Amino acid sequence: MTQSTKIIRYVSRRVFQGVPIIIAIIVINFFLLNLAEGDAVDVLAGEAGSATPEYMAQLRAKFGLDQPLPVQLLVYLKNVLALDLGYSFRHDMPVSDLIFDRFFATGLLMTCTILLAVGFGVLLGLLAAMQLNTWKDAVITVFALITYATPLFWVGLMMIVVFSLKLGWLPTSGMENVAAFYEGWDRAKDIAVHLILPTITLSLFYLALYTRMMRASMLEQYGQDYVVTARAKGLTERRITFVHVLRNALLPVVTMAGVQVGALIGGSVIVESVFAWPGLGMLAFESLFARDLNLLLGIFMLSSILVIVVNLIVDIIYCFLDPRIEVS
Amino acid sequence: MTENLLQIDNLFIELPAGSERQYAVQDLSLELAPGETLCVVGESGSGKSLTARAVMGLLPAPHVRVSDGQINFNGEDVTMATYDRLRDIRGSEISMIFQEPMTALNPVMSIGSQIDEIFRYHVSMSRSKRLERAIELLRDVNLPNPDQIMNAYPHELSGGQRQRSMIAMALALKPQILIADEPTTALDVTTQAQILKLIRDMQTASNTGVLFITHDFGVVADIADRVVVMQHGLVVESGTVNQVLNLPQHPYTQALISAVPSLMPRKARSRSEKTVLQVRGLNKTFGGGKSFFGLGKPNREVRAVKNVELDLHKGETLGVVGESGSGKSTLARCIIRLMDTDSGEIRIDGNEINSLSRAEMRPWRNKIQMVFQDPFASLNPRVRVGDIIAQGPVTLGIEKDEAIKRARELISIVGLDTRAFDRFPHEFSGGQRQRIGIARSLALKPEILIADEPVSALDVSIQAQILELLDEIRDQMNLSMLFITHDLRVAAQVCDRLAVMRYGEIVETGATAELFANPQHSYSRDLLAAVPGKEWKAGSKPKSAKSKRKSA
Repeated sequence: MTQSTKIIRYVSRRVFQGVPIIIAIIVINFFLLNLAEGDAVDVLAGEAGSATPEYMAQLRAKFGLDQPLPVQLLVYLKNVLALDLGYSFRHDMPVSDLIFDRFFATGLLMTCTILLAVGFGVLLGLLAAMQLNTWKDAVITVFALITYATPLFWVGLMMIVVFSLKLGWLPTSGMENVAAFYEGWDRAKDIAVHLILPTITLSLFYLALYTRMMRASMLEQYGQDYVVTARAKGLTERRITFVHVLRNALLPVVTMAGVQVGALIGGSVIVESVFAWPGLGMLAFESLFARDLNLLLGIFMLSSILVIVVNLIVDIIYCFLDPRIEVS
Repeated sequence: MTENLLQIDNLFIELPAGSERQYAVQDLSLELAPGETLCVVGESGSGKSLTARAVMGLLPAPHVRVSDGQINFNGEDVTMATYDRLRDIRGSEISMIFQEPMTALNPVMSIGSQIDEIFRYHVSMSRSKRLERAIELLRDVNLPNPDQIMNAYPHELSGGQRQRSMIAMALALKPQILIADEPTTALDVTTQAQILKLIRDMQTASNTGVLFITHDFGVVADIADRVVVMQHGLVVESGTVNQVLNLPQHPYTQALISAVPSLMPRKARSRSEKTVLQVRGLNKTFGGGKSFFGLGKPNREVRAVKNVELDLHKGETLGVVGESGSGKSTLARCIIRLMDTDSGEIRIDGNEINSLSRAEMRPWRNKIQMVFQDPFASLNPRVRVGDIIAQGPVTLGIEKDEAIKRARELISIVGLDTRAFDRFPHEFSGGQRQRIGIARSLALKPEILIADEPVSALDVSIQAQILELLDEIRDQMNLSMLFITHDLRVAAQVCDRLAVMRYGEIVETGATAELFANPQHSYSRDLLAAVPGKEWKAGSKPKSAKSKRKSA
């Protein structure tokens, strides 16, 4: 069997395995969310100020909330299988439209964050390990320790204070300047400028984590026998570090990065709130208070799919990095 | 002076402050001529490996360094050489092979690219030319399908193939000196014989000087021209292979050589007719799980133990010999019920125990005990020695005071100071730890002792002591022993009968002396033929290695 057919078989098997996992997640989330007191109708009625019980019952019947829970679940599952995620009465929009609209913002933020955190984390860890026990190593280690220990929301607020309010270099919040009606290139540039602060804030914590991991991993690999062999072969230290040690040292970092994508969605709620970033995290937060269960379930399903897909991608990358792991 | 390739004069290698001793190597002098094989022999901690590293300038800097003396390579002192000059020498003029070829190769780079590097960093050659040379090298070291092995990763090769690739790498630029640091210690005997022959052939072909580091006198007898014996960083004796092996002067050398187990099997003792352990039709398969929804390939199946039949008589020692992967350790674990078998019967004194559940098995546990291979890994580092020994009896319901009293007794029976009772395993040396392991297994007063390579992690002089101890205990307690080993010399000294295992099957059983004198199965013959230094010992003088080479 060739490598490519192996990978195709592997991917299709993993996708198959993902389906029951996603259904299980939907079922568990459905019951968990319904454990909470109150529903969308209570919130709507509360906001309207005056609503008769008859009107509320009428609303419930319209939304299908008067049915017993198992029936509601079955209806929801049936709709999901038909790729219909339901309707958000709160936003007066189909859930799928709403989610995919916001998904772009979160996806952009997450991708940039991961690239920044892994990229710079690996770089700094590498640098610290190469300059072991010098002042550079000390500076990097202390920097990693401080950022690791600082709460995300505080970093975000301080960034706004320094770079937006005092220096005025960067916008305080939002994803783009809506009033400017930019098109094409100008819009992309505008979004990029808005992206800087949230990305840095969200990535700092992970950056510190990967820096520490990479440094430890490099030092561990330097102690391995094959490094002595490489030296005995008369290779340069450059070659030993960048070809022999680096590739082996990357393995644990890649594993960790894959695991943390899930956590990143959670972390983005805080950052999206601080910077008013119109992403899934914000949406989830709002819909939780509005008891908009359809929308919440949709978001949860999307993020579980995301985690499964990212883990699959990481596993495939891993196969290329480490020939000892076979896709099977 | 210049006729020697390598001349080391009064070398001192200093260890960091606070080490066990100040110098790892003290006042060492040796020389190596082209085409010569010099064996540096010594037990662990004798400083032999550091000497080899020092020649390459590969001491673990900055803690360990050459503090005095010269290492002259073709008249050039390498201890004074610049980093760039050293890098030039390494891999092209002096090269090195290591003990464990799995860890010495980079796991994520193909064999081809690891060979290619040497050419890239030492000579300028076109890409196609380098590729051609690399394939040629792999062919020279007798690897099958060199083209395939170029693209293979280390984990896809066997131990012997990996070591061959290492040798190909080391000989890529026809070095003047090859330093071999225990290159065959991690290999099976038959593979070891092949690798030794390969090194010898390569050496004759290009007149390389070989500095061969080993602890194994059998290997020394087979390949050395001259020998240097080291103890605690000092050279205690040096001379030609004949002088050192047959007329050793220094008491340490004499002790080391007399500790090498002889290949002459000892006399079989009269055996009792009573069978204490009977194994019938035992099978064990690993892997082979079902695949998910028929997607993905089914897992590989390994039949580790195939239809094994064994009888162990009262008071006898039955040796199970075989190479790594032959299933001998799996067999031991199945018999003691640490692993579940697929099928088969295990009877102790006629009682079937293989079908018993965990709870039903418990009363039988004290009948059969095991001594493990690695005395470092098999003792819990956080538990005191006394508790390690007493734990077994206490779990089986013996009074705590009684168990502790028994533990103290056992500690002195296995030859340790009774103060060992309150200490932790890491405070002991390998040999002492193995004694603790033996005491632990004896605490339950077993009738059957399974010893899984109990001496293979130990130095030869310690090995002799442990074997002696096992012998004494067996006679004292009338134990029946299943002794698992890969070392035929040890088997010859310990076992009354032997069972030879290969690929999970027992290919031959017989009394040790008969099997050694007249092996029936072709594999037993191969195994016996591969034992290093078999012509040496028992008074006969070895022919010098050079004359042997000519006759070969």
